[in-house]
Amino acid sequence: MQSKNLLELAGAISSGAVRVVDLTFTLSPDFPVIVLPPEFGQAAPVRIQEISRYDGRGPAWYWNNVTFGEHTGTHFDAPIHWFTGKNLPNNAVDTMPAKDMIAPACVIDCSAQAAQDPDFLLTVPLVEAWETKHGRIPERNWVLLRTDWSKKGWRDYSNLRDDGAHTPGPNPAVMKWLVEERGIIGFGTETIGTDAGQAGHFEPPYPAHHFLHGAGRYGLQCLCNLDQLPAAGAIIVASPLKIQNGSGSPLRVIALVAST
Amino acid sequence: MIEPIKPPRRKNPLLRTRLPASPPRPRSRTSHGFTRAAAEGRFVLQRCEACGVFAYPAREACPSCLSSGLAFVDAPRGGTLLAETTARVPSDVYFRERAPWRIGLVKMDCGPTIVTHLHADCVEGGAVRMSFQLDKSGQAVAFARPEEEETANMADDRQWREMTADPKFRRALVTNGRSVVGQEAVAALKAAGAKTVFVGVSEPWRPFAGEELLRGQEGIEVVTLDAADEKSATDLAADIGGKVDILVNTTEYVRPGGLLDRRGTSIARDEIDQAYLGFINLAQAFGPAMRVRGADGVNNSVAWVNVLSVYALANWPAFGAYSASQAACLSLSHCLRAELRPGGVRVMNLFTGPVDTEWFQTVPPPKVAPRAVAQAIVSGLRGGLEEMYVGDVAEEIRQRLAANPKALERELDR
Repeated sequence: MQSKNLLELAGAISSGAVRVVDLTFTLSPDFPVIVLPPEFGQAAPVRIQEISRYDGRGPAWYWNNVTFGEHTGTHFDAPIHWFTGKNLPNNAVDTMPAKDMIAPACVIDCSAQAAQDPDFLLTVPLVEAWETKHGRIPERNWVLLRTDWSKKGWRDYSNLRDDGAHTPGPNPAVMKWLVEERGIIGFGTETIGTDAGQAGHFEPPYPAHHFLHGAGRYGLQCLCNLDQLPAAGAIIVASPLKIQNGSGSPLRVIALVAST
Repeated sequence: MIEPIKPPRRKNPLLRTRLPASPPRPRSRTSHGFTRAAAEGRFVLQRCEACGVFAYPAREACPSCLSSGLAFVDAPRGGTLLAETTARVPSDVYFRERAPWRIGLVKMDCGPTIVTHLHADCVEGGAVRMSFQLDKSGQAVAFARPEEEETANMADDRQWREMTADPKFRRALVTNGRSVVGQEAVAALKAAGAKTVFVGVSEPWRPFAGEELLRGQEGIEVVTLDAADEKSATDLAADIGGKVDILVNTTEYVRPGGLLDRRGTSIARDEIDQAYLGFINLAQAFGPAMRVRGADGVNNSVAWVNVLSVYALANWPAFGAYSASQAACLSLSHCLRAELRPGGVRVMNLFTGPVDTEWFQTVPPPKVAPRAVAQAIVSGLRGGLEEMYVGDVAEEIRQRLAANPKALERELDR
């Protein structure tokens, strides 16, 4: 590619001919985190502690100390996060190839189904139906599952009941198929995990984590504004923090969308 | 006959809020024998080990035989009011603002005569029941109430109310409504006549047992509060900080394990985050307003309550890291007590043994029922106490610690 094309892209972003859509929730203590049974280790919640705010602690400057778990807020999952990916090379956020941080996305709109059924599952026939309309999912694309879940209040968003969370996600067959037959680079959702709320009861449990990370692919979750993306053709920029041997990180996810 | 206090009217915003003043503070070191007893609601006097005479006020030698063996011992409370007087224009700022103020002379059945504050129902020549109470300076003072357990509107006595932290007509904040102890505390405070009980719920998106009972009840306001989150605490204080007369810190984060059987520090961090940093956040958010509102009428701010584990006093290795987090909170509570002192706001610590919750599921009885903790909170506030030991385990640990700390250490190491 010639450098003038790249500069053209920069110009298009600047002029608005290419829209930049922010797919990220604000990282805040209020945002729900994944809930594991209390006897397991828990993700530390987001904490923001003022160091100074133009006061006696620092008269001219404002800054905070921030702490959080790797899997809080809108965040990225690296292959090392799951046991299936633990022995892969370059499987952590600091060693993954930088080029994997920019890739196109296919957005599958299941918002109507998810509105009807919080336990809605994406299946192979549903993706095939999408493909007849929008074409075959190209290799090394993100597949983003749009459910409009990000528009809910926090209680409905986490939707915890006495038998666990009830949130939509992929079924095992479609995850295996997307990874093996379509060679996707990763899978992204609006919900707290890449997997459905009840995915612990699937075979294998947590199939999105299982198949994605086992094949060295990535996960994105707690995304928003997926309704502003076209079914195909948006470019996702998702570069996690370079945490040493990190299993994931909160990050700013943006999408580049052509206006025509 | 005491006139019942009336629910306070809304404040006149044109008037300056009265600032707290403190009654005289100096005491001899020996006199703190009374402070110690008053903090726990016990009545003690010095008694000569040689001749058996009871003595008052605190002295270094027996007034009868000059022996120096004067130990503080539990003493009978009964006496007779010999004489009473009313101070109408005292020179001390605290008492001047509260004048007229009745004091009297009580002849104790066990011997000595005591100058004492008087409940309004005490009459000259009548039998009285003595106690030592902590005043707004945190110092022990003698207080005489009528012999009867209960007279009409007894707790509404003006002078008695200065010595206590009765929830009646006051507004309380229970910091953790997700726990059973927190929920029971809400119910107990409401039943004790609190006007409003604010109840903090962290992560409101997370459902919890008992939630329906809290919501939609008259006088109970569910508020979002994650004490461990600095912003959450300050945001809530911005809303209701000026309306919290009693703060009940029911933070509860119990996890088993000590050092070697745990891996890493993430659970310890959570324990510190919830219990210790949560305490600091609450204190910084709510403490300053409470301290300045210590004399703010009938519903002035009066008390801060901490529900602590008795293993704050002596480490229980089975819950070793948790014990340490509680010890840190205990130390912090002493700092808070000193810092709230100028406002006359008392800090009451309730020490409990294992509470009957899921985290002590495998611990054999006796365990403390959450309701017993809640009832102790109310009775401690009504009695103006500073230290309470709730349940058999807590009481036993206290006694064993006083008897031989090293023995207790070995005994807990099982």
